[in-house]
Amino acid sequence: MAVILSLGLIIADHHYDHLGTVRSALSLVAYPLHYVVDLPAHMMRDTQGRLTNAAELRARNAALHRENLTLKARLQQFEALEAENMRLRDLLGSSFSVGERVLIAEIMSLDIAPYRQQVMINKGSRSGLFVGQPVLDANAVMGQVIQTNPFTSTVLLITDAEHALPVEINRNGLRSVAAGTGLSQELQLLHIPKNADVRVGDLLVTSGMGERFPPGYPVARIKTVRHDPDNPFITVLAEPTAALDRSREVLLVWTMDPVLQQQALSDTQGAEAPPRP
Amino acid sequence: MSETRPRGGWLIGLSLFVAFSLSILPMPLPAEALRPQWVAMVVVFWCLHTPERIGVFSAFASGVALDVISGTLLGQHALTLSLLAYLVVELHQRIRIFPMWQQTLFVWVLLLAERLLTLWVLGATGQPMPALSYWAPTFLGLIFWPWLSALLGDLGRRAGTL
Repeated sequence: MAVILSLGLIIADHHYDHLGTVRSALSLVAYPLHYVVDLPAHMMRDTQGRLTNAAELRARNAALHRENLTLKARLQQFEALEAENMRLRDLLGSSFSVGERVLIAEIMSLDIAPYRQQVMINKGSRSGLFVGQPVLDANAVMGQVIQTNPFTSTVLLITDAEHALPVEINRNGLRSVAAGTGLSQELQLLHIPKNADVRVGDLLVTSGMGERFPPGYPVARIKTVRHDPDNPFITVLAEPTAALDRSREVLLVWTMDPVLQQQALSDTQGAEAPPRP
Repeated sequence: MSETRPRGGWLIGLSLFVAFSLSILPMPLPAEALRPQWVAMVVVFWCLHTPERIGVFSAFASGVALDVISGTLLGQHALTLSLLAYLVVELHQRIRIFPMWQQTLFVWVLLLAERLLTLWVLGATGQPMPALSYWAPTFLGLIFWPWLSALLGDLGRRAGTL
């Protein structure tokens, strides 16, 4: 009886999306547990913050101040470049908007979903998160939201074996798909022909083809290019530039316009990760 | 049994809560693959010693709870835990009089069965296959079972659950 029930649950959860609301409601009940388990790590960081002495704080403040200055200087340049870029794109008739609303969330210290590359963050649908939303850290793309609960959400990292995202090589615009391998420091580029111009050290950026991730965000750096005689394609492995297993804070972006967002939402009803080619 | 109200139910709840917490507690990377199947072990213990209170449906409920907490496919743990509970409740009279080492080996077989069923579910739903270290937690379960059994048994006698 219970076996039939659980088999039914497995099938229902795997094939259809009706259980999303049920799961979300149950997660609300599980929230206290998640909170309690996260608490020691949270308190540890808090205490660490309290125990740092004034000199250290002053030093860090100065460093941050310097960094802020450099970033601001770079931003001035960036704004000018962006305006110029937009002007040029207007000439070509293909303008798009860059950079929109951003929300900072914190990764909870929980080990959910063993053998998968997933994390839980402390912002949920109450803060306006939606399924399919891109998640970034200070350096690069980290993943996307796959489930939202009122106070928490689950993020599928780009290195998960079920995740793939459309990328292009920043140097020459060669497009490909970066699939996760299940290892936290490795992505694989799929279907790169033997004669393609791919070099170690090339930066991969999102191409925006899947209409899920905004174009132009860095993703990974190529670390090995291997020619296997028995394979019609070359094996290209890349290392994510995001500190996937070290970041504490993540950025959630709203870049897509509402129409695309609706589309993305309806797409996710069918499949959780963007389909591989 | 029927006239006395069962006592010490809070201990069962508490032990399950601790087991849930332990199964999502962050661990250093090398130890992560070795995390014992705490919830399965606790459920097996209570099924073994109080089969009239904790049976297949309690196991099913805690399985669903574990699925929700750890974000796995809904029903995955529920299936394995209810099957485990069924086996234990059916055989509890025989297992309870086993000497400890024999009981431990039996529990190890149960934990292996749990892993096997989970693997089957993962395969059937096309999720990525785990590495060989996937089987390591059963060996830790083998080591931990006598201690867990002694601890819960002692607490259970004090709280009046057993």
